[in-house]
Amino acid sequence: MSTSHGYYIPHKATWPVLVTAGLLCMLAGFAGYLNGSSSGSGFMLLGFAIFIVMLAGWFTLQAGESESGTYNTQVGISFRMGMMWFIFSEVMFFAVFFGTLWYTRNLSVPWLGGEGTGAATKELLWPSFEAKWPSNGPKHLVDGKPDGGEFEAMGAFGLPLLNTLLLLSSGVTCTWAHHGLLAKNRDQLIKGLIATVTLGFLFVLCQATEYHEAYTEMGLTLGTGIYGSTFFMLTGFHGFHVCVGAIILSVVLFRSWKGHFKPENHFAFEAAAWYWHFVDVVWLGLFIFVYIM
Amino acid sequence: MSAIVAEHDEHHDHDDHGPAKGILRWIITTNHKDIGTLYLIFALAMFFVGGVMALIIRAELFQPGLSFVEPQFFNSMTTMHALVMIFGGVMPAFVGLANWMIPLMIGAPDMALPRMNNMSFWMLVAGVVLLSSTLFMEGGAPAAGWTMYPPLVLQTGKALPFAIFSVHLLGISSIMGAINIIATIFNMRAPGMTLMRMPMFVWTWVITAFLLIAVMPVFAGAVTMLLTDKFFETSFFDAAGGGDPVLYQHIFWFFGHPEVYILILPTFGIASTIIPVFSRKPLFGYSSMVYATAAIAFLSFIVWAHHMFTVGMPLAGELYFMYSTMIIAVPTAVKVFNWTATMWKGAMTFETPMLFSISFVVLFTMGGFTGLMMAIAPSDLQYHDTYFIVAHFHYVLVPSAVFMIMAAAYYWLPKWTGNMYNEKIGQLHFWLSAVSVNILFFPQHFLGLAGMPRRIPDYAVQFTDWNMISSIGGFIFGFSQLLFLYIVVDTIRGGTGEKVTNEVWEGALQYGGGMTQGLEWTLPSPPPYHTFGEAPEVVVIEYEH
Ligand code: HEM
Ligand SMILES: [Cu+2]
Repeated sequence: MSTSHGYYIPHKATWPVLVTAGLLCMLAGFAGYLNGSSSGSGFMLLGFAIFIVMLAGWFTLQAGESESGTYNTQVGISFRMGMMWFIFSEVMFFAVFFGTLWYTRNLSVPWLGGEGTGAATKELLWPSFEAKWPSNGPKHLVDGKPDGGEFEAMGAFGLPLLNTLLLLSSGVTCTWAHHGLLAKNRDQLIKGLIATVTLGFLFVLCQATEYHEAYTEMGLTLGTGIYGSTFFMLTGFHGFHVCVGAIILSVVLFRSWKGHFKPENHFAFEAAAWYWHFVDVVWLGLFIFVYIM
Repeated sequence: MSAIVAEHDEHHDHDDHGPAKGILRWIITTNHKDIGTLYLIFALAMFFVGGVMALIIRAELFQPGLSFVEPQFFNSMTTMHALVMIFGGVMPAFVGLANWMIPLMIGAPDMALPRMNNMSFWMLVAGVVLLSSTLFMEGGAPAAGWTMYPPLVLQTGKALPFAIFSVHLLGISSIMGAINIIATIFNMRAPGMTLMRMPMFVWTWVITAFLLIAVMPVFAGAVTMLLTDKFFETSFFDAAGGGDPVLYQHIFWFFGHPEVYILILPTFGIASTIIPVFSRKPLFGYSSMVYATAAIAFLSFIVWAHHMFTVGMPLAGELYFMYSTMIIAVPTAVKVFNWTATMWKGAMTFETPMLFSISFVVLFTMGGFTGLMMAIAPSDLQYHDTYFIVAHFHYVLVPSAVFMIMAAAYYWLPKWTGNMYNEKIGQLHFWLSAVSVNILFFPQHFLGLAGMPRRIPDYAVQFTDWNMISSIGGFIFGFSQLLFLYIVVDTIRGGTGEKVTNEVWEGALQYGGGMTQGLEWTLPSPPPYHTFGEAPEVVVIEYEH
């Protein structure tokens, strides 16, 4: 805590309300699309475009202000607190899906199989259902036999292991870039960032390949009962975050290339790096709980 | 976009930057007072929208049989009433108060992240627009209750994705608001305003903000799974696919129980601010108030399944959730004790804010006691999903949260506007509200104990008398609130004509802060557009023990 002297207070803000309008248009369009409305997807794309453009405008403004030295240290602390607690809220969002995985694996599927207080459930509903993991649930059983709902579970040691290596090394290159920034070594900063962004997009590419295989060869889809639901929800939301993180890092790369950031003042870099490490840690959780166990 | 550092040089010149002109002022504002006003006006409007829905419910329940509305629409009303009141009324009102008061109370020039502050407000509006649009859709507005349990909620018509995305927007809005409040409180306090000296309103809000950041994403996750279950073939809440509808309830209440404390903690803060001023005594047990608030917040994460006693849980679960819930009564009782002890032997006066605060202490305690009754799992098998629950949560929400929001408005309106409200009409409003709210909700305890279920538009004839009384109370309560609207408008337009002093209330300076002088009372009434460009001097008050 320091004095409020010289704290930068912008006197108006035109971007936030436009960002919001874009988001509203996008979500309303998406909802319309889900309801089968023909104009839904149009509004969704329009809203998305507005959202992105306005967000870009806002960030450009902030970057300009930051470079022109408008923000003092105290403002920087506010930004860092904001980013920290935003990441915490993301942690809680992922926690829901990890919790769901835990609950279904350890409770609801065994109960359906007659464990604990589930004996009557099993007898009355699906007597031939055997609890096991991975499971796509009892609905695929016809007279005790699978009705073609067979699927293959995703193994851990093919693409997922490669992806783990990709993300972990991207964490290293990101830190290496940060050291470059601190040491005023522009070359190291830019190379490090290029490597990080490349590894990030490679990860996304591998994941797309993995999904493609799942859908076309393994019979593993969102509709594959609780295993498919948790698998795609967890890895899907994570993949989405990798995309966002890689885009943020690309912007940071672009700014570094333009000569932004100083060793004592580079909030955007730090925020992007924190976010990236968070995405990294979530992946480790996924690799252990979704793929290995 | 012009931007000027709120930096006051010696001669205090360039930053008397007034607001922008016209309607644009309100759209692009970054000023915490403007945004606070926007939030408060929005919340007031939503209270009336939600209130109309409540009166539709009470009109239908005035007598048995179907009288006015279709059952489907009735269920839409109970659902939308709750969502509008919680997410459109009470929460925005608290954020509005936080915006207005936290910077003034801790001596900050504004909120820490002013642009994001603007965005939180507009996200709220966007969320409520999406939610309200469902009223006009094929299949009607959501009608499965504000808890949106599957599989019932998956039968919603076109409204479902709109309601879900509205939850996402409201969640983003709340999280951004909470982040802003945390950054403001931890980063912007004037020198000398240490944590353990902050006004209780600031303390309760910072704890509420942590609750918000922790649980709004959980709610967002839950409704996202509803969305994919409905539209993308997943089976999270479908036993046939290996999922479990009860899982939704666990996730929902992991959000839902902290959520009800999000609705009450700032209330506690307002009461702890007002009661000392009108008792002319420092708050009894300041630090125990802080710790009790933190304890309540912590406990709120580990008691959620007391909402699910009848759903089916292993016995150990029933027992655990029963005892942990009862423990919450301990820190809650500490608070009630401290408020009472603050009044003890005080030089009390009974202006409208104080009247509301006293009735809050009494009626909140009522709600707490019924909560304890329901916490006892075997008894709750009888109470669950009856009007007893409705009575419980309305006691902790209406004569508690809503009353204290109105108390805060009476208490700070003179500061905000520089005008005094009409005390006579204020007191009339209080008495009408306090009496009618009990006519409205007390009989619902009897109805619930006798077995009348909630969320059903018709009932057995033996429930008629108490329902009629409750409805009459409801209409008196609803129409009494027009007085509040009148007072707010009247005060903004000049009120009694009496110009108020900086301190407004005798004793506010000394007792209206936490362990320091109340900083907002050192400012003129109304305060200038920008305040505390230079950190104020914080005067610590030493109390002898
Ligand atoms: C001593 C404190 C409290 C205890 C022990 C308590 C206990 C309970 C229990 C056991 C239930 C579930 C009853 C059932 O559905 O069978 C319940 C419901 C509820 N409580 Fe409380 N409560 C307390 C305070 C509060 C407060 C402070 C609020 C809000 C400001 C609140 C709001 C609610 C709401 C909204 C519901 C109903 C939710 C629904 O089913 O729609 N409670 N409470
Ligand atoms: Cu609860």
